[in-house]
Amino acid sequence: MNAETATADAAPAKAPKPKKINFTQAYVMAMDEAMAADPRVILMGEDIADDQGGGVFGATKGLSTKYGTDRVRSTPISEQAIIGAAVGAALVGYRPVAEIMLMNFIAVAMDQVVNHAAKLRFMSGGQTSVPLTIRMATGAGAGFGGQHSDMLEAWFAHVPGLKVVTASNPADAKGLLLACIQDDDPCLFIENTLSYGVSGPAPEPGYIVPLGKAATVQEGTDVSVISYGTGIQRAQAAAKTLEAEGVSVEIIDLRTIAPFDEAAVLASVAKTKRAVVVHEAVKRFGAGAEISSVIHENLFHELKAPVERVGSAYAPVPFSPALEKAFMFSQDQIETAIRKTLEQK
Amino acid sequence: MSPAHIIEPDQATMLDIYRRANLIYRADEKFRAMILGGQLQIIYYSPRGQEILSASLMAAINQDDYLVTTYRGMHDQLAKGIPPRDLWAEFSGKATGTCKGKGGPMHITHPETGVMVTTGIVGSGLPIANGLGLASQLEKDGKVTVVCFGDASTNIGAFHESLNMAQIWKLPVIFVCQNNLYGEHTPQAMSTGCKELIDRAPGYGIRGVQVNGNDPFAMYQVAKEAADYARAGNGPTFIEAKTFRFFGHLLGDDSHYIPAEEMAAAKLADPIPAYRKALLERQIPEAELDAIDAELAAIIAEAAQFALDSPYPDADEIRHDVLSQEIAA
Repeated sequence: MNAETATADAAPAKAPKPKKINFTQAYVMAMDEAMAADPRVILMGEDIADDQGGGVFGATKGLSTKYGTDRVRSTPISEQAIIGAAVGAALVGYRPVAEIMLMNFIAVAMDQVVNHAAKLRFMSGGQTSVPLTIRMATGAGAGFGGQHSDMLEAWFAHVPGLKVVTASNPADAKGLLLACIQDDDPCLFIENTLSYGVSGPAPEPGYIVPLGKAATVQEGTDVSVISYGTGIQRAQAAAKTLEAEGVSVEIIDLRTIAPFDEAAVLASVAKTKRAVVVHEAVKRFGAGAEISSVIHENLFHELKAPVERVGSAYAPVPFSPALEKAFMFSQDQIETAIRKTLEQK
Repeated sequence: MSPAHIIEPDQATMLDIYRRANLIYRADEKFRAMILGGQLQIIYYSPRGQEILSASLMAAINQDDYLVTTYRGMHDQLAKGIPPRDLWAEFSGKATGTCKGKGGPMHITHPETGVMVTTGIVGSGLPIANGLGLASQLEKDGKVTVVCFGDASTNIGAFHESLNMAQIWKLPVIFVCQNNLYGEHTPQAMSTGCKELIDRAPGYGIRGVQVNGNDPFAMYQVAKEAADYARAGNGPTFIEAKTFRFFGHLLGDDSHYIPAEEMAAAKLADPIPAYRKALLERQIPEAELDAIDAELAAIIAEAAQFALDSPYPDADEIRHDVLSQEIAA
């Protein structure tokens, strides 16, 4: 991933050197603020306490030293037990943040997520709720192969009762994770493995990004690119190329994938009349299909072209760099998709 | 199987167990009658035969202690104290039920009596029980969490992850395996490599106790000791409580897979009449038991009628309780 693009919108030159943080620091900051504000915020996960390294990506570093290992506990490698314990504690008022080291590992705990966390509020008739946050790293491009790289957001987005969130820059990462922890519903928070060290402008203390609200990354008039997470930087790069050709691209960062900000998406596309939906996840049956359908259902007669989708190839994430590149969605594909929407005037 | 020395509880406790057990017994009798009589259309997992186990277990803990149970859970739920009319209405899918009709028989929740989760997934209650126990450990609220599950649950991964985690964290959780000897239609010996389920406990370093769950005084004592042990901060206990079920996996199952002689022996040892006999032998006046029976019969009749008379939930209810804020369905 490209560090330059994340830092592109830094403050004006004459201001004092803007403070920057990377994604890892953003996650630590969010959990630190949440824990300081509410003693019922607890963290659990494999190797997350400082004696075990503060998380394999360092995203909980310092927190067990500051808040104690009662509140920041390293667990056995037992994903069902981790999520189950988090669900149980959440039922009686705790706000657990469970770190599932890599998103593929959540498959081991799907029963707890789908049959329990997602449904207990509804099945209890609102008597109980599960204010739980599950943090998971993932993403292709790191050479981790088929079981450490999948983007599985569509699995969870299709389950009523779950919220799915991901950030495209460190400030959002901090603000969205804090919002997830404070939210009364189970939230799945996707972190990108390759982005932990990527820096961007630091948010102010207390900075929070409301769930369910998209951001307009850049305004444009010809086509709307709707994306999230790792899609945003590639969309920005594609937009820059097309800008040179006189194409004005609007970029919407969903930030919350489920439930997504339909109003913001529809308002943007109602303006530009063209849309491209972009994500790293496999294109077939991906979240982009839903977003594209919602646009078609609402704006069919106003569209100047069918909505295009960009996603990764229909294959497990391969190991070989040559194949991984072939798998991964790309800036080129985004540019091609945008051009396709522009063919029809 | 049960502890060598059983100290019988006081008479008030004996009667408390009698009341809880017979409430379940009468509720089950009425449910079966209504289902078979066409008044109620539900999938029903009868707890007939397991009443004494639940009654003794719940009499040994407090109402504000947490309970997690499973789809065959009506005995646990009533023994824990859920008002029968609220439970009945939920079983019937009515708006007046514990969960507004949204959970149903397999998903009863009633926080006022500590019933936090009823799961329809075999073994899935155990990891959640650890979380409730963890909350109590952090709160230092002195509560214990009881999680009930069947013998078949001991073969699923969640069981193993949970016992291990509970032991390393010394959680105040009591794992109660209600071993009715059959997982759906499969006998324990066909599905489990170890001879006794209690043999699993040492593998996790967890305190394990095997007990005849149909023996009320043994079950009460074992449960009380486990609760005391947990409240003192010593950690979890795995209880294997042996019992039996008379009406199959679910109502309509003819138990053809249970040898006739095994079923006959179990019926001969039916814990409900056996307990009444035991109390009479201990000089508890029959009139007192009859009075309790009459009172319970009235409670169950009223609960069933309340459920029948209650309305179904409004269709609009589908939009509520999915998330904290309503979004379009």
